[in-house]
Amino acid sequence: MSKTHVTTTINGEVTEFLCEPGDTLLDVLRNDLQMTGTKEGCGSGDCGACSVTINDRLVCSCLVLGVEAEGAEIGTIEGIGGNEQLHVIQEKFLEHAALQCGICTPGLIVSTKALLEENPAPTEEEARYWLAGNLCRCTGYDKIIRAVMDAAETMREGA
Amino acid sequence: MSEAQDYKYIGKRSIRPDGYDKVTGRANYGADLALPGMVWGKVLRSPHAHAKILSIDISRAEAHPDVLAVATHADIPDSEGSVEAGESTVNLKDLSRNLLADDKVLYHGHAIAAIAARSERAAEEALALIDVQYEKLPVVMNLDDAMKDDAPLLHKDLFTDGYDEKPEKPSNIAKRMELKMGDVEAGFAEADVIIEREFQTPTAHQGYIEPHACTVRYDEDGQSMIWTCTQGHFDVRMTTALVLQMDLSKLKVVASEIGGGFGGKTVLYLEPVALILSRKAGRPVKMVMNRDEVFMATGPTCASKLRAKIGAKKDGTITAMKGWMAYEAGGFPGSPMMPGVMTMFTPYDCPNMQVEGLDVVVNKCKTAAYRAPGAPQAEFAAEMVINELAEELGMDPIDLRLKNAAKEGTQTIYGPKLKRVGLVECLEAAKNSPQYQSALSENQGRGLAAGFWFNIGGSSSVTVNMHPDGTGSIIEGSPDIGGSRASMQMMAAEVLGISLDRLKPIIADTDSLPYSGSTGGSRTTFATGMAVIEAAEQVVSQVKERAAAVWNVTAEQVEYADGVVSNLGGDEKMTLAEVCKAAEQTGGQISGASNINARGAGPSFAVHLCDVEVDPDTGKVDVKRYTAIQDAGKAIHPSYVEGQYQGGAVQGIGWALNEEYVYSKEGLLENPGFLDYRIPLASDLPMIETVVVEVPNSFHPYGVRGVGESGIIPPLGAVGYAVGNAIGKKVTELPCSPPRVLALIQGDA
Repeated sequence: MSKTHVTTTINGEVTEFLCEPGDTLLDVLRNDLQMTGTKEGCGSGDCGACSVTINDRLVCSCLVLGVEAEGAEIGTIEGIGGNEQLHVIQEKFLEHAALQCGICTPGLIVSTKALLEENPAPTEEEARYWLAGNLCRCTGYDKIIRAVMDAAETMREGA
Repeated sequence: MSEAQDYKYIGKRSIRPDGYDKVTGRANYGADLALPGMVWGKVLRSPHAHAKILSIDISRAEAHPDVLAVATHADIPDSEGSVEAGESTVNLKDLSRNLLADDKVLYHGHAIAAIAARSERAAEEALALIDVQYEKLPVVMNLDDAMKDDAPLLHKDLFTDGYDEKPEKPSNIAKRMELKMGDVEAGFAEADVIIEREFQTPTAHQGYIEPHACTVRYDEDGQSMIWTCTQGHFDVRMTTALVLQMDLSKLKVVASEIGGGFGGKTVLYLEPVALILSRKAGRPVKMVMNRDEVFMATGPTCASKLRAKIGAKKDGTITAMKGWMAYEAGGFPGSPMMPGVMTMFTPYDCPNMQVEGLDVVVNKCKTAAYRAPGAPQAEFAAEMVINELAEELGMDPIDLRLKNAAKEGTQTIYGPKLKRVGLVECLEAAKNSPQYQSALSENQGRGLAAGFWFNIGGSSSVTVNMHPDGTGSIIEGSPDIGGSRASMQMMAAEVLGISLDRLKPIIADTDSLPYSGSTGGSRTTFATGMAVIEAAEQVVSQVKERAAAVWNVTAEQVEYADGVVSNLGGDEKMTLAEVCKAAEQTGGQISGASNINARGAGPSFAVHLCDVEVDPDTGKVDVKRYTAIQDAGKAIHPSYVEGQYQGGAVQGIGWALNEEYVYSKEGLLENPGFLDYRIPLASDLPMIETVVVEVPNSFHPYGVRGVGESGIIPPLGAVGYAVGNAIGKKVTELPCSPPRVLALIQGDA
């Protein structure tokens, strides 16, 4: 089957790739572009480990086709923080020990960033419902919620 | 609760050294490695729960242009015997028949053949080209059916082990075990109140978010490499080498970062199959399970049936405890029935106990270890009856437990007397907790339960290598599943008296260290921590010797503190960095190595408190408040200790409320995905309050017990009892999912 040429922007960089019509955006990111920070936990949109943004909208990249990235702006974990300075959300996840194994962490950070862009002052309940699409099996979510609430407060103070 | 403040690093909440890689996405997990020339492997799985394999024709698959290799059971050498690996004994013949089925499939999803192809999709599509002929057999899907006299047999050569005489005919009961002490009948005769109940728990999965995955390379000279997400790469090496009949030195296993395991990543599923494919294809092979494969063919812990009978005097003194349990092993023998028997009543000091257990095969996936394997089910039954006993006696459930709590000197049913343990302290903390003092509202209920787990020690190998600038690497062999590198770094820093950022912990591959046991049994911070401390102490000794030689005094005349060595008889001082820099001139580089078999693991007791609210119209249960209390011995990194308590509690809450495997009549798994097998979400839960009790384990230099497992034991009883308390009915079956709770509310019972 012939491949499709896609031009997209990932974390601000113009990126081109070839993909088969059935390849998901997650497949492309992980297998073709070697951007393995985005994780696969289920492949069916149930766990949120593959969370990315497309044109600032939070999605599970396992439910998006690679060809749908054409002309879009994609945001992944690799575009958050970096250059010797972590994002506040990343710092707060570390400070609050909000990760154990860490496999859900990239998705949670992408999802939290999207939450705080939409709602800079979430209640605990709002944070819990927003993050209900991101499964974590290690932490019981307690420290994740604390990190998210602390990050929100810190970001509000810095704004 | 912790007071000890002589420590500079231990007991503080430092940033974990591997954290930066994990919050930026740089950390590499099982599925994250790609090698040049790599191809993809996929597994063909049984569509039936029980069937004879009449034939397997792989010729069409082999002829496909994208297919490079096909593997079946015929490619695995015959093996016999068993080996201790991870948290269980591995029967090699069963393992090889679980990796790729021989003449029978024993559960829906049982692996039959594997294909390596140029892409993942090509491999998946080519599976349809393999032609398997089956003869379907009647299925055995639960304990009652499996134990019937005329039950269809999974294995014709399975005779129950554990009786004085070998049974006359084979059965599905693989093993029977009984432990007893004292005289239970005499104990029950002394009792004023006796309560006996029967319980059931479901098949449940560990539910790690990272599917099993590996990338392997088989070289022409027989040297091979496995990159895999595992709790124990040395055990992966040992079992793979035994199954494929290779020398250990020819197989290097690299532990990737691991995305959760909870006991489930101590078993081989993919690695030997991937190596066979790699050998045949002459290419590196990557295999990654889909989520449905994870649910169908890995993990789960056993469904169980249990009976608990407990008698007590009017004053609350427990006089006798009797238990019975049958655990489903899955398609091959080996449920965690034995630890179930051993742990069931261990939180109690009672002279008369008797517990019997059965290990029973059924047409479900072979079970694997799951956090305190076997204990949550057994102790659930015991704790439910203890709570009912308290109610019957009109006693506070904490007072009843305090009156009978296991403590130093308590005789266990499995042999030894307990050393100093912290159950009483945990119960007292529960009594003083804000939650226990709080009042309940309408439709709410409260449950409390205790939990006991042994914890283990075992083999740990560690090298601390000092570098010429005075920084060091801590080379260890225990995969870090929840932050243990932070603990290793803190313990080494404490001994060496240098800051955390000068010490880098690394999980080395199997070529680089002697054997180290798996991360399991809550052993890593205890056992590997002991090896880290010992190796760091060797560094200190060497530094003192070198300085003494430079100053021309004996090692006894120098002192080491806070990263500085001083001459007690003069005013000379050298920093650790100065000694390391000069190491070449004073006798060579400095390093410490410790290869220990750690003894003296300290049991960890836990007590949990759960408040629920039940919707009387739907049967839906909400956890309103939860407190997890547990004895850590000493919390090296309190945040990660709390994290273990919270994570264990929430896994237990999921098990108690929603999680269960659902099978069709034909034995097909109907909910192999996170949508239908519902693990707890952030929106399901309140904050999980924690109390870290510290009753030191005298066998560890800093007092560490293990904390990883005990926390999953009490939730089953605490949640189960709280639900019953809220609706005024007796809960005897988990999970307390809405339909079950609604039936209880509406029923007459």
